[in-house]
Formats: sequence, structure tokens, C-alpha cells
Amino acid sequence: MSKYLLDKFLYTVDRDPDLVERFREDPEGTVSWWEAEMANTILNCTVQERSTWLQFTEPERRALREHDHVALFEMGAHPFLTLTLFIAMFERDHGPLEYQKAYGAMLRHLSLPYPDIAT
Amino acid sequence: MATVAAVIASTHHPFYYRASTSTGSERPPFADEWVAKIETFRDTLTRAEPEVLVMVGSDHFHQLWLDNMPQFLVGKAPFFDANWYNEEREFGLPRMTLRGQEDLSAHILRNGLDADFDLAFSNELRIDHSITCPIITLRPEADLPIVPIYTNIFAPPLPRPRRFVQLGRAIREMVESWPVDKRVAIVGTGHLSLELGGPRQFGEHGPDPDFDRKAVEWIANGDLDGCLAEVSLDSLHLPGNATHGFMDFMLMMGAAGDGVKADHVDSLDLFHTMEAYFTWYPNGVPA
Repeated sequence: MSKYLLDKFLYTVDRDPDLVERFREDPEGTVSWWEAEMANTILNCTVQERSTWLQFTEPERRALREHDHVALFEMGAHPFLTLTLFIAMFERDHGPLEYQKAYGAMLRHLSLPYPDIAT
Repeated sequence: MATVAAVIASTHHPFYYRASTSTGSERPPFADEWVAKIETFRDTLTRAEPEVLVMVGSDHFHQLWLDNMPQFLVGKAPFFDANWYNEEREFGLPRMTLRGQEDLSAHILRNGLDADFDLAFSNELRIDHSITCPIITLRPEADLPIVPIYTNIFAPPLPRPRRFVQLGRAIREMVESWPVDKRVAIVGTGHLSLELGGPRQFGEHGPDPDFDRKAVEWIANGDLDGCLAEVSLDSLHLPGNATHGFMDFMLMMGAAGDGVKADHVDSLDLFHTMEAYFTWYPNGVPA
């Protein structure tokens, strides 16, 4: 399991307006493309100086492809990154704060301690 | 030597800018009360006549990332651009550029390292709403040079609460030993109880009003002993999953001094999280 790679996906998509739209409209294609092309890019290095070892597990791939914020929370993805990106993708389809409240309600089955987010 | 004109601790609510500038049906019902409280709070800084601002905040995964994460970082640059696309998108925050006070940054880096704080530095730092929110609320002219100091309250493993207090004390001492005759305000922002991306988010109040009441008391009274006796990295999970931002308030309690009561205390119970505002005048309340 790679919480770090999940967080890296959420972080790099959230900060790029084109990728936010692409992930909203085509999650399967975006996750496949990102894992093949971006997962091993070191963000502060040239593209030639890549990592060689980063990949998602199948449950991680599935959670991203299905926009499953509950599974991401349960896997220990950083909740701030998930929330910010999902608000960017889906708040527009809802009334004021409706999406944020529904997002929290879907996590109501979770109790403390929450899944560890340390990477 | 420099004078600490004021020590200020505040929450940094990214919705304030939009709430305070909206009109008509867009304006939330709590906006007028919020603006009134902020204007009173702003006056506490204005009256201190600061010339330089040391600004303590925490990057929210904008520039600082998990491949290279500092625990404490000082910005040292002639300018700091501010706010990010995703803050513009979610909060409507404006882009800004602030001047830097490079010689004070250098002084804090040198003396911080010599005092056993292994401070990281950045010569090209784009700052985020943890620092621009208090600029918007307290100094909307954005006309004073700043020294930004970032803490890690966000990406575990985190430094412990006591370390934040120690750094706050050290920042106060380092500002007071800066051999330049200027009036410096130390301004830092954090959170009370807060949940982000979890089941307790966006409720009618902050996720733990009891914690918030206690926290406001600790800060208002400078009660570091009481605060440190109850607050640990583990305990901060209980009031809400983003409550580790309270450690920036603890840093500011260190800067204000053990047992020193704040000269201005205010709070505002909003949905999702409580706002809280504190000002200390180490050299006397200005006329």
C-alpha cells in the first residue's frame, strides 16, 4: 500500500485546473495515464531523473477510478487533499454546503481513531 | 534593537474574504458581525504602529510536499507572491505580492540555528492563506514587509507541542535581539478544533466546542502549563482531525510569554469552526 502515492496523485491533480476537469470527466483514463506517466516523476527534478518503483495497488486504483472518497479515507489518504479535490470536482453540482455535508455523512460509520495518515 | 509592538494570534478562516466582500443575497447572515469583530481586531494591530510583520503559518500542501518536507521553515526573499489556484477556486482569494524583510529573515535563521532549531529556509516561497488571511483581516493594505515562518502541523510525523512553544519563545527573543530600530509585530495563525475531510466536518459549530472553550481560556490567560498538561500529538486527534493546527496557537503563546494575559480576546462561533482572536502588547497598551 502506498499512501504516499495516493497523496501524490491527489496533490498533483488538485493543483492543476486541467487535470481536475480531466479526473472529473474521465477518472479511469486519468488514473491509468497518471500512473504510467506521472507516478514516478519526482516533482522537483527533470523528467529524465525519475523514480522506478512507485505503483498503485489494485484497491487504490479502484478507489481513485470510482471517485470513492470513503475508501480513500479508510486507506489513510490525506483527508485535506481528498476533500479539496473532491470539492473542486463536485461542489458545483450541489447547493451551498450540500456536498460537504453529504461527504461527511458518508464517513459517519468511522470512529476514532481514524486511519493513520502518516506516510 | 527592535521592539515587539504586538503579538497576535488568530484563526485563519479562508471564507472571510468572500463573506466580507459579498453583497445582497450572496452575503451570509453572520457576515456583519464577523466584519465588526475583525475591524476591532484589526485596530489592535493598527494602534501598535508596526513596521515589519513576522508571520507564522503553515503551508497546506501548496509548495511544500512530502518528498522534501521541512518541520520549520523561514522564508528569506525580497518578495513573496501569495495564494494559489486552488485557493482562488475554493475561497475566491486574490493573488497578492508582499515585500520581504530579508535582513530579519537572515537574523532569525542564523540565531535560530545557533539556538538548536534546525530551521529550513526558502529563497522563493509562494505563501498561502495561512499567512494571507491575517494580512486580509489585519492589514488589508498589505503594505508592510514580512518574514514568513512555516510550521508543519499537517504532514506527520509532526514536532511535539512543546517544540512549538519553544520556537515561539525563541522567535520573540530573536526579534528583540534584531539590531535594527523597528517596530515588529509577531502574527501567527492556527485553528481551534477542526475537522477536514472526516465525518465531523461542516457541522453547526466546530467539532468540539468544549475543547474550543478550554483553548480560548488557555490562550487568553497565557496558561501554558495547563495547555501543555492536556495537549499532546495524540490528544489533538480527539477534537477533530485537523486540530494539530492548534500548535501554531501554542507557538504564539510561547511568543506572548508564560502567564501573560492577552490584552484583546474575542471569538465568534461559526458553522464548521470557531474563530478566535488575541492580541498582546509586550511593551504596554498603545494610547
